[in-house]
Amino acid sequence: MAVTQDDRAPAGAAGTDLAAAASPVLPADLPPPATLSPLSAPVVALNDFRGRHPLAALLLQRIGLSVVLLFAVSLLIFLGVEALPGDFAQTYLGQSATPQAVANIRAQLGLDQPAVTRYLSWLGGVLEGDFGKSWASGQSVTSQIAGRLGNTLFLAFFAAIISVPLAVGLGMVAVLYRNRFPDRLINVLSLGAISLPEFFVGYLLILFFGIQLGWVSFPSTVYSGMPFLARLQAVALPVATLVLVVLAHMMRMTRAAILNVMSSPYIETAELKGLGAFRIIARHAAPNALAPIINVVALNLAYLVVGVVVVEVVFVYPGMGQYMVDAVTVRDMPVVQACGLIFAAVYIVLNMIADILGIVANPRLRHPR
Amino acid sequence: MAELLTVKNLTIGATSYPPGEPPKDITIVDGVSFTIEKGRVLGLIGESGAGKSTIGLAALAYGRGGVRITGGTVELDGTELTGLKRSGLRRVRGAKVCYVAQSAAAAFNPAHKLGDQIIEAALRHGILDEAAARKRATELFGVLSLPDPETFGDRYPHQVSGGQLQRAMTVMALLPSPDLIVFDEPTTALDVTTQIDVLAAIKHAIETTHTAAIYVTHDLAVVAQIADDIMVLRHGKTVEYGTAEKIITRPDETYTRDLVSVRSITHPEAKDQSDRLLSIERVDAGYGRIQVLEEVSVHLPKGQTLAVVGESGSGKSTLARVITGLLPPSSGTVRFKGEALPAALSGRSREQLRQIQMIYQMADTAMNPRHTIGQIIGRPLTFYFGLRGAKKRERVQELLDHIELGKGFIDRYPAELSGGQKQRVAIARAIAAEPELILCDEPTSALDPLVADGILKLLLRLQEETHVSYVFITHDIATVRAIADSVAVMFKGRVVRFGPKSDVLAPPFDDYTDLLLKSVPEMRLGWLEEVLSERKMAAAGN
Repeated sequence: MAVTQDDRAPAGAAGTDLAAAASPVLPADLPPPATLSPLSAPVVALNDFRGRHPLAALLLQRIGLSVVLLFAVSLLIFLGVEALPGDFAQTYLGQSATPQAVANIRAQLGLDQPAVTRYLSWLGGVLEGDFGKSWASGQSVTSQIAGRLGNTLFLAFFAAIISVPLAVGLGMVAVLYRNRFPDRLINVLSLGAISLPEFFVGYLLILFFGIQLGWVSFPSTVYSGMPFLARLQAVALPVATLVLVVLAHMMRMTRAAILNVMSSPYIETAELKGLGAFRIIARHAAPNALAPIINVVALNLAYLVVGVVVVEVVFVYPGMGQYMVDAVTVRDMPVVQACGLIFAAVYIVLNMIADILGIVANPRLRHPR
Repeated sequence: MAELLTVKNLTIGATSYPPGEPPKDITIVDGVSFTIEKGRVLGLIGESGAGKSTIGLAALAYGRGGVRITGGTVELDGTELTGLKRSGLRRVRGAKVCYVAQSAAAAFNPAHKLGDQIIEAALRHGILDEAAARKRATELFGVLSLPDPETFGDRYPHQVSGGQLQRAMTVMALLPSPDLIVFDEPTTALDVTTQIDVLAAIKHAIETTHTAAIYVTHDLAVVAQIADDIMVLRHGKTVEYGTAEKIITRPDETYTRDLVSVRSITHPEAKDQSDRLLSIERVDAGYGRIQVLEEVSVHLPKGQTLAVVGESGSGKSTLARVITGLLPPSSGTVRFKGEALPAALSGRSREQLRQIQMIYQMADTAMNPRHTIGQIIGRPLTFYFGLRGAKKRERVQELLDHIELGKGFIDRYPAELSGGQKQRVAIARAIAAEPELILCDEPTSALDPLVADGILKLLLRLQEETHVSYVFITHDIATVRAIADSVAVMFKGRVVRFGPKSDVLAPPFDDYTDLLLKSVPEMRLGWLEEVLSERKMAAAGN
C-alpha cells in the first residue's frame, strides 16, 4: 500500500490538526513568492532564520528587547531626576547661596547645558563604564559603587543560595504531603513570614540572636579587607531576614506550579508505573513546572538586590541601598542616576534570564520536530 | 489453564459532592466478576459511564480521583490486590500489570525522551539493567513497526505522530514483560487508517509475547478483532459475558443486540441536483504561509446533505471556516443561492449570517457554562428576530419540544445535561435562527453510538420538516452512509472524490478512498486478518 500512516498527528485539538496539515509544507521549503520586491529580502531572510532556528530566534528577540528596554529606562531615570524639585547647588551652599555662587557651581557641574546634551554625555559615559563624578564627594561614582555593589551582591548571593533550594525543596515537600500536616505547617509559617514587615523580622532577629543570645554581632558593618569568615558572621542576620522574606513567595509558587502539573495524565502514567511519590514529583512533575518557578525565583533574586534598602538600613550594612538613600537626601544626582540604572539593569537582566530559561526548558522549542 | 486474574463481585464507588447538597456515595461498578487466563484477551465494552475503564484500572488497584474499590476481590496470580499497602501496590504496578492509556499524547511526559520513559518502570523495578532494557526497547520498536528502531527512543513525545505514540506506549507496557496489560481505548483517538495499523501491531505484540490483556473500548467492531472473551457493561453492571464469537454472532441480551446492529439508520439518497443552495468554486485557503485547502470545489442542492469525510488534518474543518467566513479564502468563491458571499465574516449582512448556522463537535465548549439553556437558545432569537420576554420564552420552549428535550430544560445549565442533551441544545440554537444551511462539524463523534444515532435521527427529521441543508463533516464512514446525499472525500487539503453517495461509495475507488473504506472495522471476527493479508498480497503484487 502506497500511503503510510506514520506522519499523521493525533486527532483532537484544532492545533494538532493544523500542525498535521502544515507538516508537509514547512515554511523553509516554500519557493519564494514571484512578486518579491527587493525591500522584503531581509524580511524573508529573517523568516527563514526563524523557521530554521526557532529557539535562537526567540532568544535573540528577548535579548534585543531587553537592550531596548534598558535604553528606555535610562531615559526615564534621567527625566525623573530632572523633574525632581530642589537643586544641588542650593542644598550644597545652604546659607551662603548667592546667585553668583549658585551659577558658578551650576556651570562647574555642567548644569547650564541643555538637558539633551547632558543626557547624551551621561549615556556616553555609562556605555564606557563611567558614571561621572559624585557632586557631593567629587569622587568617581563608578569606584564608589563598585565596593557597595559588591557588598549588596555578597548579601544577595548568600540569601539566594540558601533560600532558592530551600523554597523549591519545601515546595516539593508540601506537594508530597499536600493537605496534610506538614503541608499546612509549611503554609502557615510561610504566610506568617510574608505578612511580617521585613524591618520587624530584622529587629526580632537582632533582639534574639544579637542581644539576648549574643551569637552574632550587630551592627552588620563590613569593610574592605575583612576576613571572609568574619564577613559571613556579620551578614548572618541580614541574610536570615532576607531568606525569611523571599522564601515564602517562592515556596508557595513552587507548590502551586507543581500541583497544577500533578493532575496531568502523565503523572497518572508515572503512578501506574509503580514509581515512588517523591520520584514522581521530582522527575515527572517538577520539570514541567519549571517556567513559573524560574520566573518567581528571578523576581525574588531581583528583589534581593534591589529591594534590600530597608534591610540594609536596619542592619547598618554598607550596600547599594543605603548609598542611594544617602545620595537622594543630598540631591547627589549622578549617584542617584547610577544606582537607579544599575537596579533597573539587574531587574531586566534577571527577568530576561528567567524568560530565556523558561524558553530553553520547553522541549518543544529546544527540539523542534 | 492457569487463571491469571480472578475478579469476584467487584464493587467500586466514589463520593460525589453536588453543590448545595450533602456528599453522597455513588456506585460506579456493581458486582462484576470475570477471570482471565494467561495469554488471553478480555474485551470490556460499553458506553461512557459504563465503568469499563474503572474496571480496567482496578486490575492495577488504582482509582482515578476519589474512586475506590469498596467490595469484592481482585486476585492476580495468587495475590489479593485490594488488601495491598502502597509499597506492595508499587511492586505490582508497572511490573506485573501495565497500562496503555487512551491518549498516549497526554500520557507521555513532554519533558523527557521517549526511550527514558519507556525503560523507566523496568529499571526502577529492577527487572532489567539499563543496557538490556534499551536493547529490548529497540527490539520492541521493531515489532511494533516504529520507524528507525535504533534511534526512536531519542525523540521527545512531540516529535512523533499520534499513531506512533500509541505504539510507543504499547512498547512501554510490554517492556517489563508483565503478566497483564490493560489497554484503555488505545485506538479511539486515532484516524481510522492509523487505527488499523496500531490494532494490528497490538494484536501481533500480544501474540508474540503471550501476555494477557484487558482491552477496554466502546467500539464492538474493534474489540471483535482482538478479544477472546467479551464482557458487555452498562451502568456499572455486567449485561453479558462470553466468548467473542458468542457475543458477536449470538448475543442474548437486547442491549448487546442494539450495540451489534447500531447504525441501522437508512436515508435514501436524493437524486435531484437542480436547486443549488451552496457552491464552492476553486477555493484555496490557508493560515499564514501554510496552505491548507487547494482548489476545493463542491456543491450542495437545497434540502440535502453533503458529507465531507477525511482524516484529521485533511482540511475538513478549514472548509467549514471558509463557508462561515471565519477564514477568508485566498482565492475562489463561495456562492449561496447563486450569489457570491462576501469572503470575510465582517462583510456579510445579518440576513446572510442568519442563513448559515453551525453545530460543533464539543457542545461543552461551544456553550457559555454560566448561561441557562433558555439564554443559550434565546440569544439568536433576540439577535435575528428581536424576540424578547414572554414571546422569546415561548419560542424557546417550542424549540425544546422540537428537539425532544421538553420545556423543563429551559432554566437548567449546560453542566446539568448529558453529552447527547447538550448536542440537542446546540441543534436547537442553530435552528432557532431558521437557517437554510447548517454546518455540522463532527457533531456525533464525541458521543456514544446509541446517543449519536438519536442525534442523527433528529437531524434527518428536522431536514424532512424544514428542508434545511447540511454540510456534515465527519471521519466516520458509517455516519456518511447513514445520512448523506452526496459525499466529498478530502485528503491533504484536496477533494479526491466527490459525487452522489451511491457513486462515491461504490467501486472503482481511487487509492485513498479504497484505503479509507477498507480501514473501517467491521463487526465480524477475522476482519483484521483479512484486511492485513489483502494488504500483503497487494504489496507482493507491487
